[in-house]
Amino acid sequence: MDGTESLPIAHQHVRFTDGMMLECGTKLPELVVAYRSYGTLNEARSNAVLICHALTGDQYVIERHPLTGRSGWWDNVVGPKLPIDTDRFFVICANVLGGCMGSTGPLSPKGCDPSELWGMDFPPITIRDMVLAQKRLVDHLGITKLFAVVGGSMGGMQVLEWAATYPDMVYAALPIATAALHSAQNIAFNEVGRQAITSDPDYRGGRYWRQGAVPERGLAIARMMAHITYLSEAALTRKFGRRLRTGTAVSFVADTFEVESYLQHQGSTFVRRFDANSYLTITRAMDYFDLAAEYEDDLALAFAGTRTRFCVVSFSSDWLFPTAQSRDIARALNRAGANVSFVEITSDKGHDAFLLDEPDFHRALSGFLAGCAEHAGLP
Amino acid sequence: MRRARGAAVSLPVQVIEPIRFVAKNMRLDQRLIAQMIKPGSRVLDIGCGDATLIDHLFRTRGCDARGIEIDMAEVTRAVAHGLPVMHGDADNDLAYYPDGAFDYVVLSRTLQAVERPREVLRHMLRIGTRALVSFPNFGHWQVRWQLLRTGKMPVTAVWGRPWYDTPNIHPCTIADFFELCADEGYLVEEWLAVDETGGRSPWRRSARLANLFGEQALFLLKKV
Repeated sequence: MDGTESLPIAHQHVRFTDGMMLECGTKLPELVVAYRSYGTLNEARSNAVLICHALTGDQYVIERHPLTGRSGWWDNVVGPKLPIDTDRFFVICANVLGGCMGSTGPLSPKGCDPSELWGMDFPPITIRDMVLAQKRLVDHLGITKLFAVVGGSMGGMQVLEWAATYPDMVYAALPIATAALHSAQNIAFNEVGRQAITSDPDYRGGRYWRQGAVPERGLAIARMMAHITYLSEAALTRKFGRRLRTGTAVSFVADTFEVESYLQHQGSTFVRRFDANSYLTITRAMDYFDLAAEYEDDLALAFAGTRTRFCVVSFSSDWLFPTAQSRDIARALNRAGANVSFVEITSDKGHDAFLLDEPDFHRALSGFLAGCAEHAGLP
Repeated sequence: MRRARGAAVSLPVQVIEPIRFVAKNMRLDQRLIAQMIKPGSRVLDIGCGDATLIDHLFRTRGCDARGIEIDMAEVTRAVAHGLPVMHGDADNDLAYYPDGAFDYVVLSRTLQAVERPREVLRHMLRIGTRALVSFPNFGHWQVRWQLLRTGKMPVTAVWGRPWYDTPNIHPCTIADFFELCADEGYLVEEWLAVDETGGRSPWRRSARLANLFGEQALFLLKKV
């Protein structure tokens, strides 16, 4: 039986038939980790870079997306001669546990019957569970030490969890535009998104997939609202200002501002590639994240004795994961005596800046990796 | 210091040189500092700029050297060169380092610009076994002479900015610094006064003469 049968696309994956115990105490009877890799693993298996994707990202980092046909979400950062150089590094990215691009999640069969999916019964998962699933993949690939673990936003949470849980497996860690805990404000935004989804009549108590329905309206609203949090006021003003799509002046009849139609477009394209139950599952995992809570409420203890080299990056206009949260991470790392670089990149593009063309960020990224490679004796 | 990137419209703006948090024009020769650091040491350089000293210590002395810098452009440059530097400043970030984390904590040409010099020194000797501190000497004869002759705040090559536009809010003399070390119970293991180019000066035996003729001073301190 192929676990990807129920999906329109066959994602590259590895299947662990012994399943996986989740932090909540439920055991997944089997675990599928869908992933993509780029570049070549060297003989010493010492050049692997794991990329952890964000909430609505996936493993298609630099390729045309199989569903949307759009180019990879980080193809400006990962590739030959780019900051994460695929001529030099073996780059891996796995779809997160709970995701909807091939890894075990709400779209996976619950038991032996392939038509019976987990759906809303998918157990609650955590960032730690996501990392455990990635660890299974990394072990499976025969890699005992990752040269670097890199990720932005929710990906950055996974980076922190990796460094805390498997310090000996991570030579360098790059948590970008992230935080060591999901703040009340972040949880609040996520909750609005979830309410939008679950109150859509097409959500049908989470069993929409049985009847071939999709809570498009709710999912699109969730995406629209979240998208606002990814941008800055300056970025919105620069991109759209108060321009109207429907004319040059307000007519008081069916006026549409450009920013409205942009968000509507963001919402409608999102529902074509993302599963509503996955969205609920993953946003919840982010909400649960509080790394210090796993270590007696002292973030420094999470990194005690670490030999990993860290580079913490934030963006000046990011108000979803503001610099202060990155500074907290950097200071905790200092308290742990860790080797840490910390830089706030000046940008007016908001949280999304880590995905966009930010030359200073890209220079810092490649410089940090080059420095680490030198220390690690990587050719 | 902040530059908007990728702005659709860029208006012609008057370029105003920002206040540097460290006065680059009175840079003490970093080789003098490096010479005082034993190979293989753990070093923290506060106000490290583009991390030249850190790079030097790593490459020539095998040190585990790290830095803190307040100027974000310098931090970005240092990190882009693969050097472990974090954005932060002497007044606010030293508290987050554990006791005895370093063999040497370096503060070059920055002491006069921090808000609380005494507290900064205390932190330096808490997190490090030794502190290396350099600062421009306000007791230099030219400074004294200018104040005496004109009755106005001195402006010299070393003290290059007018009083209302200087980051150097806590100038001190070599004599002042000796006094502070005595008050705080720091042992001065080594000290020297240098001229602007960093060359050693001939009056190193006499603190009084150094205070008159030394443009900059470098101290190696240890807690008694």
